[in-house]
Amino acid sequence: MTRDEALVQGLVRLGDNTLIIGHRVSEWCGHSPVLEEDIALANIALDMIGQTQLWLGLAGEIEGAGRDADTLAFHRDAWDFRNLLLCEMPNGDFGRTMMRQFLFDAWHSIYLGRLLKSSDARVAAIAEKASKEVAYHLERSADTVVALGDGTPESHDRMQAALDYLYPYVGEMFLSDEGDAVLAEAGIAPDPASLREEYDALVGRVLDKATLSVPENRYAQKGGRTGTMHTEHLGHLLAQMQWLQRAYPDATW
Amino acid sequence: MNNEWPLWEVFIRGQHGMSHRHVGSLHAPDAAMAIKNARDVYTRRNEGVSIWVVEANHISASSPSDKGPLYEPSESKVYRHPTFYDIPDEVGAM
Repeated sequence: MTRDEALVQGLVRLGDNTLIIGHRVSEWCGHSPVLEEDIALANIALDMIGQTQLWLGLAGEIEGAGRDADTLAFHRDAWDFRNLLLCEMPNGDFGRTMMRQFLFDAWHSIYLGRLLKSSDARVAAIAEKASKEVAYHLERSADTVVALGDGTPESHDRMQAALDYLYPYVGEMFLSDEGDAVLAEAGIAPDPASLREEYDALVGRVLDKATLSVPENRYAQKGGRTGTMHTEHLGHLLAQMQWLQRAYPDATW
Repeated sequence: MNNEWPLWEVFIRGQHGMSHRHVGSLHAPDAAMAIKNARDVYTRRNEGVSIWVVEANHISASSPSDKGPLYEPSESKVYRHPTFYDIPDEVGAM
């Protein structure tokens, strides 16, 4: 795998993460428990869609096959997506959405922190912009996880159930493959496996405050970032997200 | 039991503003969340550089029915306005 191939794959992974979880969060628009959360979630979704444009835009540019961010987002099928499985998991209740967001934000903030020092200036510049947004996402999702985990007996039970349900999707964040090795060697992106300790410390601190217990089983569901096997949920999400561009290719408004 | 979060009044100092202005209100469980919610509800379009929130029930307001005794006496006191003075440029914004 050449350096450019590895870089395109790495950028598509980043862009697909933010695209898919951003779309998931946007599904709350108009349905949140309170107006303030509705607007906050819409803002976070828009931040992530904005980051997607930058990551996928750069991926398309380096790939040089004439695909831009929109083409990559709307004209690929499920097996071509490279997002973490965690990002495509359904929203569930509000608590589960916030738990998913927290587990993702914690990883996202650490990963972007490393990308700030990327040897590729284009990557570092996008990380610089995104990391400010993500610092706020993390602050917000962590606070909500603590408030609900350490809240009423019902909110505590729901948050523990959400953590138990989502935790098997955490391990995939730290799997490394050939492409990751090429990027790490070139100083473009960190080796995912090297981030686990920092992640466990950050997540552990917050979950401890939230009076939630981290499941002991470290079994990791995988197949999202390699594209070998997505969950059944991704296809339904794409059908919703892509139908207009599929029915009316290149429609603009 | 009251399940509603308390109401907070939001004040924002804008990019070029010298002081905080009341921009609206929102609900939040505590002050820290009220600031976060204010950030999301009222500064989406780059409006602010500083946010204040205060729980609405901590604001004491004058009564509209007292408007006569409170405000009318000042109507006839034109000499209280500084319009008869030239303000030197070096004083800056007042």
